[in-house]
Amino acid sequence: MNLFEYTISELRRLLRRKELSPTEVTEALFSRIAEVEPKINAYNYLNHERAIERAKTVHVDLPLGGIPIAIKDNINVRAEPCRCASKILEGYLAPYNATVIEKLTKAGAILVGRTNMDEFAMGSSTENSATGLTKNPWDLQRVPGGSSGGSAAAVASHEAFCALGSDTGGSIRQPASFCGCVGLKPTYGRVSRYGLTAFASSLDQIGPLTKTVEDAALLLEVISGFDPNDNTSEKMPVPRFSELLETLSLKNMVLGVPKEYFIEGIDGEVREAINKAIAHFESLGAKIEEVSLPHTPYAVATYYILATAEASANLARFDGIRYGRRAKHYEDLLDYYGKTRDEGFGSEVKRRILLGTYVLSSGYYDAYYLRALKVKEKIKQDFSSVFKKCQALLTPTSPFCAFRIGEKSNDPLQMYLADIFTIAVNLAGICGLSIPCGQSTEGLPIGLQIIGPAWKEEVILAIGHLYQKSTGWKPPIPPLGKNVIE
Amino acid sequence: MEYEAIIGLEVHVQLKTQTKLFCGCPIEYGALPNSRVCPICLGLPGALPSPNKQAIILTIQTGLMLGSEIASRGKFDRKNYFYPDMPKNYQISQYDQPLCKGGAVQLYPLAFPKDAQKDPQAQSRKKIRLVRIHLEEDVGKSFHFEDYSGIDFNRAGTPLMEIVSEADIRSPEEAFAYLTALRQILRYGNVSDCDMEKGQLRCDVNVSVKPIGEEKWGTKCEIKNLNSISAVRKALKYEIQRQIHTLQLGGEISQETLRWDDLKGQTFPMRTKEYAHDYRYFPDPDLLTILTEGELIEEAQKRIPELPEEKKQRLSQSYGLTEYQASVLAADPQLADYFEKAAAQSANKVSVANFLINDYLAVASESETTIPIPPEYFSELSNLVDQGKLHMKQAKEIVKLMVTEKKSPTLIVQEKGLGQITSLDTLDAICQEAIEANPKSVADYRSGKTAAINAIKGYVMKKTKGQANPQIVHELLEKKLNALG
Repeated sequence: MNLFEYTISELRRLLRRKELSPTEVTEALFSRIAEVEPKINAYNYLNHERAIERAKTVHVDLPLGGIPIAIKDNINVRAEPCRCASKILEGYLAPYNATVIEKLTKAGAILVGRTNMDEFAMGSSTENSATGLTKNPWDLQRVPGGSSGGSAAAVASHEAFCALGSDTGGSIRQPASFCGCVGLKPTYGRVSRYGLTAFASSLDQIGPLTKTVEDAALLLEVISGFDPNDNTSEKMPVPRFSELLETLSLKNMVLGVPKEYFIEGIDGEVREAINKAIAHFESLGAKIEEVSLPHTPYAVATYYILATAEASANLARFDGIRYGRRAKHYEDLLDYYGKTRDEGFGSEVKRRILLGTYVLSSGYYDAYYLRALKVKEKIKQDFSSVFKKCQALLTPTSPFCAFRIGEKSNDPLQMYLADIFTIAVNLAGICGLSIPCGQSTEGLPIGLQIIGPAWKEEVILAIGHLYQKSTGWKPPIPPLGKNVIE
Repeated sequence: MEYEAIIGLEVHVQLKTQTKLFCGCPIEYGALPNSRVCPICLGLPGALPSPNKQAIILTIQTGLMLGSEIASRGKFDRKNYFYPDMPKNYQISQYDQPLCKGGAVQLYPLAFPKDAQKDPQAQSRKKIRLVRIHLEEDVGKSFHFEDYSGIDFNRAGTPLMEIVSEADIRSPEEAFAYLTALRQILRYGNVSDCDMEKGQLRCDVNVSVKPIGEEKWGTKCEIKNLNSISAVRKALKYEIQRQIHTLQLGGEISQETLRWDDLKGQTFPMRTKEYAHDYRYFPDPDLLTILTEGELIEEAQKRIPELPEEKKQRLSQSYGLTEYQASVLAADPQLADYFEKAAAQSANKVSVANFLINDYLAVASESETTIPIPPEYFSELSNLVDQGKLHMKQAKEIVKLMVTEKKSPTLIVQEKGLGQITSLDTLDAICQEAIEANPKSVADYRSGKTAAINAIKGYVMKKTKGQANPQIVHELLEKKLNALG
């Protein structure tokens, strides 16, 4: 077995027994990156030197001591670029660490580099990146999903042992599903957003992308917890997620299957794989019950109103006055703002800023923004009433497998539907996990989404872990070879 | 045709907190540009605001002092517009749920400009109602050089309280009095120093006019960023005249935002283009709802001092002071405290008040807040006068010496050999000598020119270096002269 194939928990064991050194692990990873990265383009920035320096001094008995990790390009790391895959942040070096970075560093993790993404986390394919496409390790003609496509592709192709992503409407779970790895969106307020370049503040949440559920639990344990620097982070105790994985039994557990998630248009093979997974849980003793989340059809529209409204304000600071790229030729201040932002932002970002500006404009606020807030409440209520009956929900993560590069990029509305099954979880502020649950005939991964109530990550992680253990899941090595786009 | 004006004020007050509204950066006037900043107040990507509890408490306290209704839930909103000195290109403010609603500021005669204190307007004790008080963050400051501009973000994120009045104000003098009275309350509560030179109190005024008797008010103009109370008065005076003049000539007032040039004494339009602002307010998703009930309101309540009006009433009632004396003392809570300490051991409280107001303030006008001499000195001084050991003129001299030499009045009297000679024996001898030395005046007196006694008295005073008690000398001389028979 190649060193780069190990999971975090395996690495931890070996590092602590001194059978491996952090330097060996880091070097092995960088040689894997050197080999694979030209095909995948998962990273926007790599810092080999810094990682090796760190590996030399890190203590292996720390929770993540000596474990290399990749960070999405929208999470600030001191003295490193934080471009959010945008031209407008060219040349910007973050002067401070995000809280999650402080926590990772304290836990002994080694930062490898920054992963590619859709510009400012807006997109579902990682095609909207100013630093080029990331390709799906399972089929290089296909997208890795988005917006944390770089993180998912890096983990799936074993260019990273684990990664952090951010999930606003499915941006961790959907690419995890497309690439065949594990992705967790924690409860809103569980992980500090301090240092995460905001897309939609009320929905964004940082979470792990890993090879196994067990690894996701380990990583979540480290990055969670109240942060006085984030007013929306909650003073909730952080359970030892990794130790709770084995404590759950499916006996007497009710798992809900929301009927609104099995709509027409869902890919046949996806439906089949999910049904198989559901049947597997039933065979393990879970009681499966059909439930209803009646406001699901409004989730996508609600999301695009709230998320773009917040984004229009969050992205206003990128104006070329204080940092980043600036227009060279302009007439006056207004022209300067216009040209800087026109040159700096890609079309998807512009589209969303315009939409957000529109829905907040006087005269439209009540009709769009305020109404969307009310629908958001309804969606939240849907989930709370369903969670009175069951402990978790099972749904597909995406209605289809990874699509071809360019297939949906000219049709924004089609693209928006890629997140149709993940968006409601963000609106409700609850937690969701995507795990691989099969492959299409074309060899593309299919993701199962396990949705849990707020602050119940230990439940969905335990369910996911049980699935992986009982099915004998091993992180596969994707082919990488076929259908290379040069 | 006679015109009348209607005026509304928006006052921005810098709160007296150690740190900024959403981060831990210190608030420091005059620090090196961009030396008091962090990722949060610079609005760097990923930085998030954490509200300063003190600023919220001070705002609630202000509301309580001004009789506002305190909202049980407050929230912060984003006000979106692009401006180079605004780090995030939105300002965190409060839109539809301000912390305080309503309330009022009462005007009092001494708050009016000196030349208007006797006007009926000043005597009417009018109340100016408030619309709201909310909390927001300040922006940075731009500096324009020959071929480039610079921005100092030290001020960005400083907590500002915005106090919006109803359009209850009818004259520049009332606006002056409103600001003076408001500032007094804010200083009283230790909510803000209201130092206008440091930009701690800035205001925007809205003004429109109409012919008396007509119902509809004319078009409103806004004068932005006035930074002294007298500038507010001057700008309003000018602007009201300008509007009336324009209307009289048959012109129209266009709705504009103006700035005031203090040197030229004129208002000027700030923007040439008229464009409607759409701030696209929405609740800031980075900040939670503020629940005021419980700790926040309790803390605010604890901070409320006796207010100027109450203090005035109490001072005049318990010490028998005139309204003027009580007002002057109440205008400065520290002076009032000092007075109360000084008066405690004095037999004549009014005389202590007079020494403080008439003599001490004149001498010590440069040291505004601290009074370097112990309050007992004033009670001592007033008691010396009261016991007839000093006369008024001497006492006034001693106030000066107390400040410069920092010695007690008794000590000064001893050292300088001041104090009055009241000993009948001593004075009797000197009076006898005076009569003998001034035969002409004695003769004049005896012939009926009673005023001639003053010359003899002058001799005594000269001889005693002014220390003789004039009352006793007068009585002694009269007795002696009449006895010459």
